[in-house]
Amino acid sequence: MSIRLSIAPKQALDINKSKLAAYKNTIDLIKTFNSFSIDLKLNSEEEKNIEKLFLNSQIEELKVDENITDYEFDYLIEISFLPGVTDNQAKTAKKSINQYLKRNCDGEVFSSKIYLIKTPIQKEEILESFSSLYNPLIEKINILSKPELSPENFKNLAYVKLNSEKTSFSEVDINLSDEDLITLGKFGIANEDGSRRGPLALDLDYMKVIKDYFLNTEKRNPTDIELEAIAQTWSEHCKHTIFADPIDEVKDGLYKAYIKNATNEIRKTKAAKDFCFSVFSDNAGIIEFNDEYNICHKVETHNSPSALDPFGGAITGIVGVNRDAIGCGLGAKPVANTFGFCFADPEDKDPLYRDKDLKQKMLSPRRIMEGVIEGVNVGGNCSGIPTVEGFTYFDSGFKGKPLVFVGTLGLIPKTIKSENSELKTEEKSAKPGDYIVVLGGRTGLDGIHGATFSSVEMDESSPATAVQIGDPITQKKLSDAIVKEARDLNLYNSITDCGAGGISCSIAEMARESNGCRVNLNKVPLKYTGLSAWQVWISESQERMTLSVAPEKWSQLNEIMQKHDVEATVVGEFTNSGRCLVYHDENEVLNLDLQFLHNGLPKRDLVSKKPKDLNIESTESLSEYGKLKKGNDLSTNFKKLISSLNISSHEYINEQYDYEVQSNSVIKPLQGINKVNGEFAIVRPDLKSNKAVALSHALYPSYSDYDSYRMAAASIDSAIRNLIATGVSIENIALLDNFCWCSANKPERLYQLKEAARACYDYAVGYGTPYISGKDSMFNDFKGYNSAAEAVKISIDPTLLISSVGVLENALDAISIDFKAKDDLIYVLGSTESTLAEVNAKANKKIYELYHQAVKENLINSAIAVTKGGLAASVYKMSLAGDLGAEINLNNLKTNLSDDETKLFSESQGRIVFTVKPEFKEQLEAVFSNDELSCIGKVSSEKNLKIDSNNTKLLNIEVKDTEYKKFSKGFYNG
Amino acid sequence: MAKVLILSGFGINCEEESKYAFEIAGANQVDIYHINDLIKDKSILNNYEILCFPGGFSFGDDLGSGKAFANIVRNNLLDEIEKFIEQKKLIIGICNGFQVLTNLNLLPGALAHNESGLYIDKWVKLKINPENNSPWLSGISDIELPIAHGEGNYQISEEALNSLKTNHQIAFEYKENPNGSLENIASVCSYEGRVIGMMPHPERAIFFNQDPLWTLKKDQLKRQSKDVPEYLPAINIFKNAVNYCKHKFENIHIAP
Repeated sequence: MSIRLSIAPKQALDINKSKLAAYKNTIDLIKTFNSFSIDLKLNSEEEKNIEKLFLNSQIEELKVDENITDYEFDYLIEISFLPGVTDNQAKTAKKSINQYLKRNCDGEVFSSKIYLIKTPIQKEEILESFSSLYNPLIEKINILSKPELSPENFKNLAYVKLNSEKTSFSEVDINLSDEDLITLGKFGIANEDGSRRGPLALDLDYMKVIKDYFLNTEKRNPTDIELEAIAQTWSEHCKHTIFADPIDEVKDGLYKAYIKNATNEIRKTKAAKDFCFSVFSDNAGIIEFNDEYNICHKVETHNSPSALDPFGGAITGIVGVNRDAIGCGLGAKPVANTFGFCFADPEDKDPLYRDKDLKQKMLSPRRIMEGVIEGVNVGGNCSGIPTVEGFTYFDSGFKGKPLVFVGTLGLIPKTIKSENSELKTEEKSAKPGDYIVVLGGRTGLDGIHGATFSSVEMDESSPATAVQIGDPITQKKLSDAIVKEARDLNLYNSITDCGAGGISCSIAEMARESNGCRVNLNKVPLKYTGLSAWQVWISESQERMTLSVAPEKWSQLNEIMQKHDVEATVVGEFTNSGRCLVYHDENEVLNLDLQFLHNGLPKRDLVSKKPKDLNIESTESLSEYGKLKKGNDLSTNFKKLISSLNISSHEYINEQYDYEVQSNSVIKPLQGINKVNGEFAIVRPDLKSNKAVALSHALYPSYSDYDSYRMAAASIDSAIRNLIATGVSIENIALLDNFCWCSANKPERLYQLKEAARACYDYAVGYGTPYISGKDSMFNDFKGYNSAAEAVKISIDPTLLISSVGVLENALDAISIDFKAKDDLIYVLGSTESTLAEVNAKANKKIYELYHQAVKENLINSAIAVTKGGLAASVYKMSLAGDLGAEINLNNLKTNLSDDETKLFSESQGRIVFTVKPEFKEQLEAVFSNDELSCIGKVSSEKNLKIDSNNTKLLNIEVKDTEYKKFSKGFYNG
Repeated sequence: MAKVLILSGFGINCEEESKYAFEIAGANQVDIYHINDLIKDKSILNNYEILCFPGGFSFGDDLGSGKAFANIVRNNLLDEIEKFIEQKKLIIGICNGFQVLTNLNLLPGALAHNESGLYIDKWVKLKINPENNSPWLSGISDIELPIAHGEGNYQISEEALNSLKTNHQIAFEYKENPNGSLENIASVCSYEGRVIGMMPHPERAIFFNQDPLWTLKKDQLKRQSKDVPEYLPAINIFKNAVNYCKHKFENIHIAP
């Protein structure tokens, strides 16, 4: 017997109506149900009793089985998950039932969403109108007219069955010609029917080394799982080969020469002031916070998955980077999330297709945007981690692939007590004899590259290989069990996150610490049967961590995990054999030299080539003001700037994200009376300490068209300066780099990459701000077709996101952007030059240090770093945030520029606008030398921004949020 | 004595800051218990005078907010909690905790999806019901607190609403309705005010630097040569509970 329970909100409370608002003239939504198909062998009394677990009768109604059809409607639309996709609602429902009945019921629960509608339109049109409510990559839709519904077919609608065929392993002939090696590397291992499993992404250089290793060292052919494991470990994603390989004269490669070296030199120079505890070697970089704690920070990208399944891609991204904190050192508690989204204009409705036949339509920019925003919403909010800071950036280059940045700040005690000593938490090492323990979610076919989903009965194509829906609650339980209990009891010797490459990477990575491992794949808990050995080994199922646990500590660890409802399983042990050994069904399916696995990949010489200069009229055309379609009237142009996508508010995102959980917020994402977005946030992660952590970011993708060296310089300077403005000392700032490039196999793009990396070295060393962590994503290109079936390639602008993290000595010294009182003097610090003028690190560093001195003397009461939109946008934001106005005279601005518009809107770096009480004028001006500082005007109580130049009135704009929040307020209404 | 037990587990996430608020308020002891530990030894509850259901996303709101967590409590701990209430002890449910308490019928009404369909985090102005005599709210006046929820739309039958009003069980109303709640209701109480539930988060409004306009207020105070305060008014909600229990349970030791 199975039963189906469907729960609907009472009529007036149905929020789903708004989702179909665009079709309100043709579709009348009668009811929306969350439906549970419960196949658990319950008796009829139990079936009746469990109803109350699902129903809150004050706001909901419940229908049993086909009673759902009692209503008057024309069509029933059901949306349910495809086979293998995580169904969290069903998991929770089953748990509630088991708890209530106090036994573990055999069988399954499936959840789905059911809409009952009245409409005169036909199925095809209904499908079109519901296209924004489901994603065919992970969900299926059934549309049935009322006459088509019978009790039986209703009951069976949501059922999903998997069969259980599997293979253990197979041998792959590696003694192949170059041509066949290329095919094997490009298209993957052949299945029995001649089809291929999907790319190994190993090119000929790599395949030849692998062939040589097996034929001459191992003297045998590889197994399929060995090839898949090598492909994972050697992938660009894991080994960052483009950053590691020699390029032109840079024989050490870009990463070592420009990023790592910068950090090493800075640390040496800082000497006693060096705050780095662990850089580059772990899941996140660790720096000092206070006497008791360190902090770690990591920023990740999750771009390609977010293009296909924006919600799933984004939620997997955010919970994935949370795991970087949890797996950092011996385990850090995530205390703040950050986000950054690069999208195409959501108004762009011109479709793109993946295929020439125009059958595989890409999601629209708006769908991608909504899904990504919601993914980070659910991931961050459900995890109890405040999402404190972020940005949106719009450009048509992101139409094929959005960029989705997600970051996590973690808090970790400096030491934990062991039996007889204090252990440093940044050090960890798996020991020979330790159990290999996999924690958290079960393993399925998620995220396996291009594998065909041959074990499904249905005809949908490869559903479970799409990105998965992350499950933040499973991870929250896992996180609580580790960072709130197991870590402080010293129950494991090492820990790492299971991310890309799954356990094939996490276990093999930890095996380097002990120098070997032995794994039994049959022990790995699976979501469903039917996985082959190689699939278990490389699956990227989410919410998993790998621990190294001494045998005598296993039972205590497991007890804690059970209490938190976290599955923990011993899948093998770490050894010191120098080999990575994997068994499945009692066969040895993988036996590789650990050295070869990790270090066997050959280096390749990369060659770059300077691209032809683009004919850029003026660098001002690359500024936000320059990008606008302008008229002759400065006021109108200014309003356009304030309402433009890259300057205006993203309050609609901030307010959907819980930025205050954990009670650590000091400077919130929205500042001042009128809630204006700052470009930084401050948190106090240890409530017992007055110290705080400031987080910021910067990126200028459009500058790459002119010069990627200066693009990188601008990103670095802005990210640092945002923290300087709020009062952080330059001595306390660390950086993170995220390179998101395009066509990175092209010499011209490599040249831009090399230039950007060179700037990373020059400016980090110039400012003395070390890199502590980084990530790259090299191929953000889309190849497909437009609606006229013409081939198109869309590449992003080469983008360097610099994230900054700094420690503020006292949270209560933080300076916000809002003007505080009328008559306060408005200063510009730093010289105003043209957009993309060379950034002078030496001069800037000096004025940042002087500025900090003024901060320490409590002279400054509001401040903003001048970034996108230039001086005018900065002063406008300060006025709006303070609900005040400003009177500015450009004659007082010390600059070599002559053109007023350029003075107002240039995005030259190195500048801070700040305000000072009039009585502090002399004290303030004594701190700086005369030519670094311009007093350009004063704050006024009249809410107008008035800018004069040469006795003419340039601008007189009312300070109100209409333009600034137009997009934000309209997003969910229009 | 004022000893506080704070529940955790399964996606609850405000337990640590709630603990901190009670500690600052002067509680004698504050302990966080995973609900499974409490179920394993239910007598633990006897040692405490205040029970806190903190905010969070228990079970990811999968069956509806608070429902799955309430199911666990109902199946395992309801008798003990009813006894706790009979002993005139105090219970608070904040946000997700409020949702759990309504699902358990320990508080009237229910919390539906926000009218906008969106999760919302913002500070809201609240009006105190002066006729409410909850021990949690002595001396509390109109106050600003942050909300952060997707399901905070308070709903109740007309009949129950009338009795809610007659008995002065409404604690706070929103001055501007953020979520569609009937009669702007943000917080209600039961059992002579000893059991209270609220969607706003008082534990996030403890320190001066949590006020969204603290930098402005600091500047204004400095101009008047005044010191900045260390705490915000919401700390008094926790102090009220602590003081009530210290007074009420002064010399009572309840055997475990």
